[in-house]
Amino acid sequence: MYSYLLPCILLFSTGAYYWGASRANSIAEASGGMRSLHSLPSHYGMLTALSSALPALLLFIIWQMVEDTIVTSLVAKSLPAELLQLSANELTLVLNEVKNVAFGGFGAHNTAPAIQTAADLYLSTRSWMRNLLGMGTIFCCLVPAVIAYRSINKDLRARNLVEGTVKIFLIACSTVAILTTLGIVLSVVFEALIFFQSVNFSDFLLGLQWSPQTAMRVDQAGSSGAFGAVPVFVGTLLIALIAMAVAIPIGLLAAIYLSEYASSRMRTWAKPMLEILAGIPTVVYGFFAALTVAPLIRDFGQSLGLQVSSESALAAGLVMGIMIIPFVSSLSDDVIHAVPQSMRDGSLALGATRFETIMLVIIPAALPGIVGSILLAVSRAIGETMIVVMAAGLSANLTFNPLEAVTTVTVQIVTLLVGDQEFDSPKTLAAFALGLLLFVFTLFLNFIALRVVRRYREQYE
Amino acid sequence: MELASRTSNPAFPTMLSGDIIREADEAHAYTTGRKTVGSPFVDNPRMTCRDVEVYYGEKCAINKISIDVDCNEVLAMIGPSGCGKSTFLRCLNRMNDTVPSCRVIGEIRLDNIDIYHPSIDVVPLRARVGMVFQKPNPFPKSIYDNVAYGPRIHGLTKNKAELDEIVETSIMKAGLWNEVKDRLQEPGTGLSGGQQQRLCIARAIAVSPEVILMDEPCSALDPIATAKVEELIAELRTQFSIVIVTHAMQQAARVSQRTAYFHLGDLIEVGPTDKIFTNPKHRLTEDYITGRFG
Repeated sequence: MYSYLLPCILLFSTGAYYWGASRANSIAEASGGMRSLHSLPSHYGMLTALSSALPALLLFIIWQMVEDTIVTSLVAKSLPAELLQLSANELTLVLNEVKNVAFGGFGAHNTAPAIQTAADLYLSTRSWMRNLLGMGTIFCCLVPAVIAYRSINKDLRARNLVEGTVKIFLIACSTVAILTTLGIVLSVVFEALIFFQSVNFSDFLLGLQWSPQTAMRVDQAGSSGAFGAVPVFVGTLLIALIAMAVAIPIGLLAAIYLSEYASSRMRTWAKPMLEILAGIPTVVYGFFAALTVAPLIRDFGQSLGLQVSSESALAAGLVMGIMIIPFVSSLSDDVIHAVPQSMRDGSLALGATRFETIMLVIIPAALPGIVGSILLAVSRAIGETMIVVMAAGLSANLTFNPLEAVTTVTVQIVTLLVGDQEFDSPKTLAAFALGLLLFVFTLFLNFIALRVVRRYREQYE
Repeated sequence: MELASRTSNPAFPTMLSGDIIREADEAHAYTTGRKTVGSPFVDNPRMTCRDVEVYYGEKCAINKISIDVDCNEVLAMIGPSGCGKSTFLRCLNRMNDTVPSCRVIGEIRLDNIDIYHPSIDVVPLRARVGMVFQKPNPFPKSIYDNVAYGPRIHGLTKNKAELDEIVETSIMKAGLWNEVKDRLQEPGTGLSGGQQQRLCIARAIAVSPEVILMDEPCSALDPIATAKVEELIAELRTQFSIVIVTHAMQQAARVSQRTAYFHLGDLIEVGPTDKIFTNPKHRLTEDYITGRFG
């Protein structure tokens, strides 16, 4: 019964659609043609269908959310008196056991008779409630549909009602996206606030040492830990800087070639090839960096007499730069391509060369889009994890030397949250603080970039 | 440049004779053929075009056109849409080079130099033959930078003061100075359509070209802005040769000294503007200017 409710609602509303549409059609015939109706028959059908489906769906969703709570509280009331005297936490445990028994999970063999009774009660309660829900849903399907059907007349503004409903649906969808973002931010903020109760905020923000090795359990011996975020952020920025130093020139020049110089055949061929770079999984880039590029750099550096560690910021940054080339090139190419031909003509007709035209007219006009593409690449570089985990190392050195091993924010978050952890130790909570700081940092970058773009924008329309 | 070798082109001397004109005179009523009638040639031309053909791929857009552009004249080119007048105009400063499939055959000379000769660099040519487009296309830069663009890329000035002077005189010649003198640093795209078009004209004359090509310069403007641009064209004639493509026959009649009528890739008739509009020799010209088609 229960699992058939959704198809049932669908069936009823489909039926309601044709029912309402046919009534609208017959009204139209009776009152002298389609033009006498306020809306199209399909609008009347849609209105009937919506009034059939929406209340039923709403009831169904609400029930989904509250079912467990209601049934559990009913079962809890009927438990024997000695169980009811337990503390809240223990009572929850008992109720969980009841549910386990009811669903035939583990521990179903030798259960206390009281639990067994409660489990049976749980199942029977849920069963009759679901029957009730089924009837309620069908009632909600039929009654509003009938009301809508009976209210159809040639002056009913069905189109406006249907389109209003669609608008509300669209608003709801965008709200979901916004609320999700808000939820993520808030969850990170709250965990970070707990972290800052045990670690001073200024120590975290300005501390020059990062070694989050605190004792995991009370009986373990461990250092007190140092949570200075500076080395981690310096590592992140160093690698992102190297990556951008690779990606921006190559990506931008490739974009200029593709959009201004390449023949259209070359462009259709070369652009997807470049975009394949973005399709390679980052883990593949990671071992490419760790196994191919890093040893190459080390050997080359040693042949020059330089001290190069086998995991270096340079290796990770170079490979990351290659990874984000398509972000810069593909988007910039689109933006440059979108600059109107009249700009090029105007410049060429003044006797400018192609290169002068590109440098003095096209690039300034395309600047906002180019900055946007670079910004996307930067946030990609800062947020990238796999390559740096494999190729950059884990030791939080405070250094600007690209030949040494550094670590990044993302790497530290990964290492802090992998494996056994307890969520009230600063070691684990530090991950949230790092995440929050990273979030604030990229937000700040976005803000700066937007200001820059607005200041130097050359609008051509 | 190597010009002497080019005069051996057989088409060049023969076409200079007046046989085309004579043929037109002999016709009693209207000529109906596809040969050019009227007077396409002048005595001391700035530009000469002989047997110019243009192909887009296999398609012939311009069919053997021969015409002169005089010094200090406004030559109007009229004709129905798709007749090739814009294509021909774009041949005069080799803007058609930017169209990959476009091929130009024949000879076009500026001050007796073949502009399609392999030794000719297109960049200085375009500085000598400026162009104004149908839709105003100021660069998304300040008014000052728009006008200074050409002098800067050609290195025409030694210092800021000289550049300032060129910008000022160019904008003055374009009749825009009083409107923009207080806001030279504001973006050129913020001006009205007519001001933008005059800014584009100022931009074109800042590099002191000899010829200015105008491709329907007023078609995106309202009547008042159009009147201003037309007035400007009349003034500019004292210093430049101007070739203007227009759809408005009134405009051709108002601004030009000579008018050329194009029809489906052929140059049908060329003559003094008042003659063309009062007493056309060719049936097609007559039909077009009286509004029988077009």
